[in-house]
Amino acid sequence: MTVSTADTMLYLNGVSVAFDGFKAINELSLVLEEGEMRAVVGPNGAGKTTMMDIITGKTRPDKGEVIFAGNVDLTKHDEAGIARMGVGRKFQKPTVFETHTVEDNLLLSLKGSRGVFDLLFARRTKAEQARIDELLDLIRLGDRRSEKAAALSHGQKQWLEIGMLLAQDPKVLLVDEPAAGMTDAETMQTAELLRQVAGEHTVMVVEHDMDFVRALGVKVTVLHEGSVLAEGSLDHVSSNPKVIDVYLGR
Amino acid sequence: MILRALDLKSQIFLAITLIVAALVPVLNLYVPESSAFHVSSFAVALFGKYLTYALLAISVDLIWGFCGILSLGHGAFFALGGYAMGMHLMREIGDRGVYANPLLPDFMVFLNWKELPWFWHGFDMFWFACLMVVLVPGALAFVFGWFAFRSRVTGVYFSIITQAMTYALLLAFFRNDMGFGGNNGLTDFKDVLGYDLQSDTTRAGLFALSALALAGGFLICRLVVTSRLGKVLVSIRDAESRTRFLGYRVEGYKLFVFTLSAMLAGVAGALYVPQVGIINPGEFSPANSIEIVIWVAVGGRGLLVGAVVGAIIVNAAKTLLTGWVPEIWLFALGAIFIFVTLFLPKGVLGGLSAFVDLIGAKTKSKSEAKGPSSTAPQLAE
Repeated sequence: MTVSTADTMLYLNGVSVAFDGFKAINELSLVLEEGEMRAVVGPNGAGKTTMMDIITGKTRPDKGEVIFAGNVDLTKHDEAGIARMGVGRKFQKPTVFETHTVEDNLLLSLKGSRGVFDLLFARRTKAEQARIDELLDLIRLGDRRSEKAAALSHGQKQWLEIGMLLAQDPKVLLVDEPAAGMTDAETMQTAELLRQVAGEHTVMVVEHDMDFVRALGVKVTVLHEGSVLAEGSLDHVSSNPKVIDVYLGR
Repeated sequence: MILRALDLKSQIFLAITLIVAALVPVLNLYVPESSAFHVSSFAVALFGKYLTYALLAISVDLIWGFCGILSLGHGAFFALGGYAMGMHLMREIGDRGVYANPLLPDFMVFLNWKELPWFWHGFDMFWFACLMVVLVPGALAFVFGWFAFRSRVTGVYFSIITQAMTYALLLAFFRNDMGFGGNNGLTDFKDVLGYDLQSDTTRAGLFALSALALAGGFLICRLVVTSRLGKVLVSIRDAESRTRFLGYRVEGYKLFVFTLSAMLAGVAGALYVPQVGIINPGEFSPANSIEIVIWVAVGGRGLLVGAVVGAIIVNAAKTLLTGWVPEIWLFALGAIFIFVTLFLPKGVLGGLSAFVDLIGAKTKSKSEAKGPSSTAPQLAE
C-alpha cells in the first residue's frame, strides 16, 4: 500500500467497521492526492456511505487509520471539528435549510467563527456578501437568492448544497450521489460544476450513474463488500472480470 | 441589532404590552368603581397571572418553535423560580408567622427544626433571591442539557426525560425533610420589599411588572431569533445533521437556548408566586408542563407572539370553564388541542396570518387582473 506523503490529502489505511457483526467496511485502504477528483462506485451495500461516515466522524472505525492533510487523525475528532478542518460533505438526499432563503443557506455555510456568542452579534460583512454573490453565480441560483430553499427544484437543491459545501472553503469534498434524481441535462451540468471545483479542492464522488462517472472522466475506485475491488480508469475497471462479476451478478 | 429585531408586528406587540402595563393599573387604582372603565382588582390579579403564563409560553416557544427542542418539563423551571421567590417572601414574614419565630418559617417550627437549613441562607435578601430566580433554573437546565445534548438525546426521548425530571422534582419537593414546606409548599406571604401583598397598589405594581417582564422576555427572544444565531437554531430544527456537517457543534447552541429559556421560565415563576400567594409541589406536576406546550401549539409555534396569544386564550377558557362546569375542563382542553391540530396546524395566530395573506393575495390578484398569483400562502413547510 502507498504510504502517506506530503501531497496526500486523505489516507485510509486498513479501516474496518462492523455493525452487529456485519462488516460494513473491511480492511479498506484508499489514498487521495491533493487536488485529485475520484469517483467511487459499487453496488448497494458496498460500504460507500459508511466510508463517508467514517471520514466525516459520524462513525468511529473499529480499527485502522484515517489521516487527513498528512498528519491529522480524523478518527479522533467529531463531525463539527472535521467540518471546520475542511472536509465538506454532501448528502445523498439533498439537504438544505428549507425555511431559510437561498442566500441565508450560503451565509450560514461560510467559513468563519462558529461560536455561540459571536453568532449572536454577527453582522453580514462586505466580504461575506461578495463571497455569497460569487457562489450564487457558480451554482446558477443568482436570480433565486431571496427565495426559500424549499421552493427550489430537486436539482437546484443539489446545487445549493454543493454551493454550501464550497462556502466552507473545504480542502476535501465528499459528494454522495449528486446526480440522483436529476434530469440528463442537470446531470451533465452537475458534472461540469464538479469538474470546475476539482483542482482547487480534492473531490470524492460516490455515484451509481455510469454516464455521470464517464462525464467526470477521472480515476475510479470500485468498492465491494467493504473493500477496494479495483482501481483505475473507468475503461480499465469496467473490463476487469471481477468487477463485471459483481455488477452483473454471479 | 435592536432595529432588526423589531419588525412591525413586534413593535405592535410591544406597544400593546406597554400600554396594558401602564393602563390597567391606572384603570384599577384611579378610576372609580362606578365607572365602566374600572378594572376590578380580581381582574388585575387574574390577568397578572396570565401575563406570567405568557412569559412562560414564550420561553417554551423559543426552544420548541425555533430549535425543535420539545421540553415537557418546563413547568419545573417555572416552579423553581417560583420557589426561589417564595423563599424570600417566607423570610420576609419574619416574626409575624403563627409561631412568631423571627428566623424560621412556620413549617420548620412545626417540624421541630432548630435552625435554618443552609440553602435558606441569603434568601432574606431580595437581590439574592432575584439572582437565584434565574440562576437555579439556569443551572439545572445547563447541567441537564449538557448531559442530554452531548449524548445527542433528541426528539421524543428528550421530551420523556424532561417529564421524568419534573416528576422527580415533584416527588422530592413533596417530602417534608427537603425543607421546602412539603405538600403545602410556601404560603401565607405578607409583603414584598415592605409592600403589602394584599393591597391593590402592590397588586397593580406586580401586574405592571409582569407586563414589563413579558415585554423584556419577548425582546430578548426576538434578539436571539433574528440574529445569525437564530438562523442556526432554525437550521438545527430543520436539518440537524446538515448543520453539524457544516461545522456547528449543535449541542452548544441547544444548551445556550435551553438555559436561556429556563431562566425566562424562572422569572415567570417568580412573578407568578407573589400574585397567587402560594407555591407548592403541584407546580412540578408533569401535566402542567404538557399544558404549557398546548398553549404554544394553540397560539402557533415559532412566532413568539403566538405563544402569548395561546397562553391567554387557553387560560381564559380555563378560568371560565372551571368556574362554570369544572368537570369538563380537561375534555375541553383536549378538544381545543385536537381542533387546533386538525384545522389550524399553525395555531390561531399562524392561521390568522395565513388567512390575512390569502385575502391580501386575492385582492392583489384581482387588481392585477388574473395574473398568476405568486403570493399564495406557502403550505409546504
